[in-house]
Amino acid sequence: MDIIARVLNGDKQSYSILVERYQNFVFTITLRYVKTREDAEEVSQDVFVKAYRSLADFKGTAKFSTWLYTITTTTCITFLRKKRLEVHSLDNESVFEVADNVDSGMRANQIEQKSKVNMVNEAIKMLSPDDAQIITLFYKGEQTLDEIALIVGKEPNAVKVQLHRARGRLKDKMQKYFSEEVKDIY
Amino acid sequence: MNTDFLNTPTGDEGMETRLWEYIDGISTNEEKSIIEKLVAENAEWRAKYHQLLEVHQSLNLVELEEPSLRFTKNVMEEIAKYQIAPATKTYINSKIIWGIGIFFLTMIAGFLIYAIGQIDWTVAGDSKSTLGVDLSKVDYSQMFNSNLMNGVMMLNVVLGLFLLDRYLSNKNKRLKDA
Repeated sequence: MDIIARVLNGDKQSYSILVERYQNFVFTITLRYVKTREDAEEVSQDVFVKAYRSLADFKGTAKFSTWLYTITTTTCITFLRKKRLEVHSLDNESVFEVADNVDSGMRANQIEQKSKVNMVNEAIKMLSPDDAQIITLFYKGEQTLDEIALIVGKEPNAVKVQLHRARGRLKDKMQKYFSEEVKDIY
Repeated sequence: MNTDFLNTPTGDEGMETRLWEYIDGISTNEEKSIIEKLVAENAEWRAKYHQLLEVHQSLNLVELEEPSLRFTKNVMEEIAKYQIAPATKTYINSKIIWGIGIFFLTMIAGFLIYAIGQIDWTVAGDSKSTLGVDLSKVDYSQMFNSNLMNGVMMLNVVLGLFLLDRYLSNKNKRLKDA
């Protein structure tokens, strides 16, 4: 709150502290929605510019990160609409087709080399953006279920169910595509 | 042991839901003790618990992606072009919102009062209309022709112009401040 107060009082340079602190979180969430790192950087930059311009509206009733991730989510959705990219819904079968395609290219030469962390990351990429975002917010964004509900505009109970199902789908992906590698690592 | 707990929700999904709640630390104390007992005594629950715990631990290890090294600099260069916008509360005047609300309510009330005033209640009972009011007997031609109606309409127009003037002057002031 001290940094925000300083920025609001005209100390623009202090905003870089907030950017440094949250850029990885914002960039990771953005990457759950957009396909390329270039697009993710552009969208993340847009998120921080929007957050700066709207900073006077941040009242401190929620965490700054919760407020920032709400902006991130809406900015990603706006970007996808503009680009007319396909957003996979929760039960969209094409998600699994994408996963199959990813798998076929990956399995032969890349996965063997990857660590457990990278393997989980690859499995997350096979999920729908909604599932991937909710998992990222819960595990890496330091957000509670109530805060995630605020960010994605759903009821906390619906978020809880979605998180359970997303992790279930992730587990299925890991078992289906990386079972051999998992065995090697454990 | 609470048998309802074992049966709900359904089957494998129910088991997973209970175990995830336990792993996330959102189970009640009663649920926690039941799950601990189940995990200790039931091989199926134990296997599923270890499977989910493994996923949970793997997810905790996931690292965040990092943008390019120039990212912060790019953002700071970009925001140098902008000013922080005034808080929404400062330019959304609640009096204007109330004024707009009163404007529409006055209009609706005016039309309703006039329409009700035009109904000949003495002949309403004879009507075959399901509303109990013979709509064909309402004199619509006089609706926009009476002094009362003209008065209400004029009041609304003046109120509308007043609100528009307040809105434009506020906007002008904001632009000057910026």
